Amino acid sequence: MLGLLVLLLLWFSIQPLRAQPLAPEVCLSCHGVAGLDKARDGKKISLQVDGQAFARSLHAPLGCGACHSDASAVPHPPELKRVDCSACHAQAATDFSDSVHGKARENKDGDAPGCAGCHGSHDILRVKDPSSKVYPLNLPRTCGSCHGDPDLAKRHRIPVANAYQLYMDSIHGRALTRSGLLVAANCGSCHGAHRILPALDPNSSVHRSNVPATCGQCHAGVVRTFSAGIHGKAASDGNSKAPVCINCHTAHEIRRVDMEDWKVEIVRECGVCHAQSLRTYRDTFHGQVTSLGFTRIARCSDCHGAHEILPVSDPNSSVAPARIVETCRKCHPAANASFAKYDPHAEPANRTRNPLLFYSSRFMSGLLASVFVFFGLHTVLWAGRALLLRRRKAARSPEDREPPPAGESSPGEEEKQ
Amino acid sequence: MTDYYFRFTLGQRLMHGLLALSFLGLVATGMPLRYHQAAWAVWLSHGLGGFRVMGFFHRTFALLLTLCFLLHLGQVGYRLWGRREKGILWGPDSLVPRPKDFQDFVLHLKWFLGLGPKPAFDRFTYWEKFDYWAVFWGMVIIGTSGYVLWFHAVFSRILPGWVFNVALLIHGEEALLAAGFIFTIHFFNTHLRPEKFPMDLVIFTGRVSEAELRAERPSQIDRLTSEGGLTSLKTDAPPLWMRNFGRILGGLTVAIGLLLFFLILLAVLRA
Repeated sequence: MLGLLVLLLLWFSIQPLRAQPLAPEVCLSCHGVAGLDKARDGKKISLQVDGQAFARSLHAPLGCGACHSDASAVPHPPELKRVDCSACHAQAATDFSDSVHGKARENKDGDAPGCAGCHGSHDILRVKDPSSKVYPLNLPRTCGSCHGDPDLAKRHRIPVANAYQLYMDSIHGRALTRSGLLVAANCGSCHGAHRILPALDPNSSVHRSNVPATCGQCHAGVVRTFSAGIHGKAASDGNSKAPVCINCHTAHEIRRVDMEDWKVEIVRECGVCHAQSLRTYRDTFHGQVTSLGFTRIARCSDCHGAHEILPVSDPNSSVAPARIVETCRKCHPAANASFAKYDPHAEPANRTRNPLLFYSSRFMSGLLASVFVFFGLHTVLWAGRALLLRRRKAARSPEDREPPPAGESSPGEEEKQ
Repeated sequence: MTDYYFRFTLGQRLMHGLLALSFLGLVATGMPLRYHQAAWAVWLSHGLGGFRVMGFFHRTFALLLTLCFLLHLGQVGYRLWGRREKGILWGPDSLVPRPKDFQDFVLHLKWFLGLGPKPAFDRFTYWEKFDYWAVFWGMVIIGTSGYVLWFHAVFSRILPGWVFNVALLIHGEEALLAAGFIFTIHFFNTHLRPEKFPMDLVIFTGRVSEAELRAERPSQIDRLTSEGGLTSLKTDAPPLWMRNFGRILGGLTVAIGLLLFFLILLAVLRA
């Protein structure tokens, strides 16, 4: 009520200025007043504008009317139109309307950010301004205000509920927050800015098919070797099972590859697809040691390579017959062709691949089974008999007891003498 | 006063001690690799200071066990060619199986089932001979495969690489057999069966009482009485400190062995 009164009062006092475009001071004479608000749909909405922030903003020279075009005169209509950024930022607006945020707003999703949600409104700054909400070093916090909120993620079925937290712990996040690297990947580097599409959309920069190219914006050399390898080729051929960068490195929590826990985990990660190879690897000394959590021993990538993995059939492969000795020599300097006949993925159950191992395994299993079954029965029968005799002896009268055979009892008796 | 007779010499007792120590050490530092998927294996390998430290101890214990083996061979050789003790190759004082052992085994089985009297065992029973030869065979197999794996660079010059696959398999399987056998069958046969429970101290004291000898090995005591060799084996009762020493050391060994056995069993059942 008080607001309305103030409005009326001010309206009368600025009558003479009606015909000219409004200077910000004019608007601020009302909108600079603290507590100026109104009710819309039962909710209280502040109408106050921070004049100083606006004066610092990128749009200050444009004045109020450039955005609030229907407020060119005082008094202005009680309900102004929504500010339409597309009048100047046509491309950004088109991109945004395609985006997951734009679509959500179209569907009247009140949580979805519009332009102001990320850029701010009256305090809008240039992207390169270190104080801007979308400056590279500030962007993760801006995105994180929604994408670090598990409740919001649940409401909107956002697949990664804690992207912000994961990112902040990642190598990218640390490079950004700890080292302040502008070149460190921030949210926008991978997802884009205005035209953010869901990862399942084939046009998205983070869709599986586009991930190598997206990562390749920075990691160009890695993507080149990856594309030449068996995984990269399969991925570019449209094989949806082929791993791309994020399958091994993850999307948001990307870690340093020289950390122990990552080195141990990546072996298991390879095994998600290569289950059989992981199983046979685990039967070798290499696999046993990494399974215990130690890494100074051959892991998948030490023999097969990481990004440049090639099939055994390719003569350039590090595990091809022509190059295998060279690969073994990385750790075993004395390795020769005979040494390389060791099978790092031997299968005791496979007679054609490892005949001697197969027969050794059969023999050992038979030996173990027969010894344990034989002596197991022997022990059970013996224990049964001995316990039975002991119980009988205890039941009998002490006179016709046999002399105690155990060595333990005799010295004990002697002690008493 | 009860008479006591020597069963094991000091050298034999020390040998058994070294054997037990190195065996426990080898199992404790080897099984975490074989059962790497078990939580205790990860814990133990890290607790020991990592797989390199574990490997160092494994090889140290292996050298100790090899030393035991070679000392034993030397002693057998000395007794055979130096002292011309033909008795250690064949007969009641030998560990070589003879027909009586098979007869004893059948009689023992009958006794288990209540179908006859307990057989009259001599100095070494059939299960003791099995223990001896199982360990003997085990040391040869595990030792050979172990040294092949240890010195793979050297062996690869004369052997094809797949030998290491076979060596690792045999090393692990035979080790499982040895550990499983010692920690259950040997422990039961010598210490944990009702007649001996909780422990037969003879391997620590070296002596058995006359009553025990008569109950356990009547053939031996009769034979020695008629041959006249019994008096030379006669000795005092083992002193208390020696028995307590045996109880502590033996108890500890059995406890560690059983613990390792249950850890292995846990890993086998979970796998």
